[in-house]
Amino acid sequence: MTRFVPFILRSTLRNKRRTVLTILSLVISLFLFCTLRTVITSLASSLESASTARLITRRSTSLTFMMPASYRDRLAQIPGVEDAAYMTWFGGVYIDERNFFAQFAVDPVRYLAMYPEYRLTPEEKDTFRRERTACIIGEKLAQKYGFKKGDRITLRGTIFQGIWDFTVCGIALPATPDLDTNWLLFNGEYLNQRMDDFGQVGTFVLKLKDPSRAGDIARIVDATFANSAAETKTETEKAFQLGFISMLGNIQAVIYALGSAIVIAIGLVSMNTMMMAARERTREIAVLKALGFNDRTVVGLVLAESLLITLVGGLLGAGLARLVFTFSNFTGGGFFQQFRVTDGTLAQAMGIALFLGLVSGLAPAWNAARLRIVDALRHSG
Amino acid sequence: MDSPTGGRPIIALRGVSKTYKRDTIEVPVLAQLDLDVAEGEFLALMGPSGSGKSTILNLVSGIDSPTAGRVVVAGVDLGSLDQAALAAFRARHVGFIFQSYNLIPVLTAFQNVELPLLLTGLDRRQRKQHVLDVLGIVGLHGRSEHYPRQLSGGQEQRVAIARAIVSDPSLLVADEPTGDLDAASATEILDLLGRLNREFGKSVVMVTHDPRAAERAHRVLHLDKGVLVESVQRDRP
Ligand SMILES: Nc1ncnc2c1ncn2[C@@H]1O[C@H](COP(=O)(O)OP(=O)(O)OP(=O)(O)O)[C@@H](O)[C@H]1O
Ligand SMILES: [Mg+2]
Repeated sequence: MTRFVPFILRSTLRNKRRTVLTILSLVISLFLFCTLRTVITSLASSLESASTARLITRRSTSLTFMMPASYRDRLAQIPGVEDAAYMTWFGGVYIDERNFFAQFAVDPVRYLAMYPEYRLTPEEKDTFRRERTACIIGEKLAQKYGFKKGDRITLRGTIFQGIWDFTVCGIALPATPDLDTNWLLFNGEYLNQRMDDFGQVGTFVLKLKDPSRAGDIARIVDATFANSAAETKTETEKAFQLGFISMLGNIQAVIYALGSAIVIAIGLVSMNTMMMAARERTREIAVLKALGFNDRTVVGLVLAESLLITLVGGLLGAGLARLVFTFSNFTGGGFFQQFRVTDGTLAQAMGIALFLGLVSGLAPAWNAARLRIVDALRHSG
Repeated sequence: MDSPTGGRPIIALRGVSKTYKRDTIEVPVLAQLDLDVAEGEFLALMGPSGSGKSTILNLVSGIDSPTAGRVVVAGVDLGSLDQAALAAFRARHVGFIFQSYNLIPVLTAFQNVELPLLLTGLDRRQRKQHVLDVLGIVGLHGRSEHYPRQLSGGQEQRVAIARAIVSDPSLLVADEPTGDLDAASATEILDLLGRLNREFGKSVVMVTHDPRAAERAHRVLHLDKGVLVESVQRDRP
């Protein structure tokens, strides 16, 4: 079949501008597709790194409600729970709303020990425990804003009003590269004090002796606080993050809808191109058939041309997405730990390109097969 | 099946009728037509516009089928062939020469001539040899890399003739091959067709309006109102 390649190439390049524009629209749409799908895979991969050996306990009604800090002692006594530490979402603004990163007020004594995957020196941990306005930041955040130990960071509180000053006492290094380090932790006693000892916290982290019993223990925890003033909902860290992500809106559904819309739109564009190209060449196809090309061969040539265009578009679009996001270190402003176009995404993009090629080549191929030589040759003979 | 000029028939039409349907109106073009063309014969078909000359060519070359009757070409009853077999029949037995050349504009002369060979089992080297051979026969040796738009009408028609003969068919069908050409180019093309007939033994059926073109043929048939009338019969050399 390689003998037909020069013919297919020449046919495809007949109307160079149209072919280039069609390929360009395919490149853009498949680039977008890869980007959108990478949003999903990146979120999913950040969940992969979440632990199942830790449980998160929060108010059953909503994440925005708080519960008594005194729950800690009762939680720590539940069999199977090794330790419990509170963490409260602070939600402050650093200079500008666009500089989004997570901030938590945490139990200064117990919290750090529950997350050994973030490496800190003993001195850093010690300072954090002692200094009221100390904060620890993750490596990525430090890189992003050029923060160093001893720097002062000022946050404007949104949930907890006021101006909050912190001093960086340590920079946490992740044990594995996929861990998120785009955050700031500060001493929870400072929050409590400035809130007039209100004694409320957002969530508790529970460290388990045996991760395989996570389900049972979560049920026991929630049963313990059932019918109290602040009922709880307990789930693994992983499930918690999943819920947190879906709180941001049903991203996945939106992304799939967008992706499909793009694919359909581009499908119509390339379909139109193939039809135009084939209609202009009705006579040529009739000549080929007169020369002895049978219907199968003619259909093959028409489909090959359309596949050539969509596959080249797909290859360029998907390849570009891979290269751009690999070399630009894009993280969506820190929202993603890493933003990498996976092999699966590349394969899906090429699958779409293949599908588009077949679909847009189908009508012209069918017309070519049905074409009656005499009718096509009769006019302007 | 004897033909008027003797020899084996390359074409035999028996009781062939052709009626076109336009919406509900039936247009009868050929009715109960018999025609024999001997192998190696050069036949010219003349007649008024719309008399059905092209229709006859379409039938014998297997790109159209009769409403009734039998069409036998090179010993093959075309009525018995399906689409793919008819395509194979055309590739093997028929060389087409059109009034407007019908070359593919994005292909070079070489590539245009090579097209029919893509359907054969010949490898690249063999195909190249054949293409260069026939381009030599039509006198276009130096033009193989030219595109149709870079050639004169007469040269384009010679490329088309090269394409028609490259797979060595026994029958050439030509529908007003000189219709778009000036007198000098027309003479060249007719000389070439005559040579292909004499030296290479190709049977030629040519439709023409030009009496001077018809003079090249062994036999001239006039088609009028569905009836074939023989007007000239020359001895074959
Ligand atoms: N596909 C078709 N549908 C309907 N009518 C047709 C079709 N093809 C040919 N005809 C009619 O059949 C008749 C014969 O057509 P044909 O093309 O064979 O004539 P012709 O002798 O070659 O004419 P010309 O010298 O003008 O080329 C004409 O009346 C034409 O209109
Ligand atoms: Mg005609």
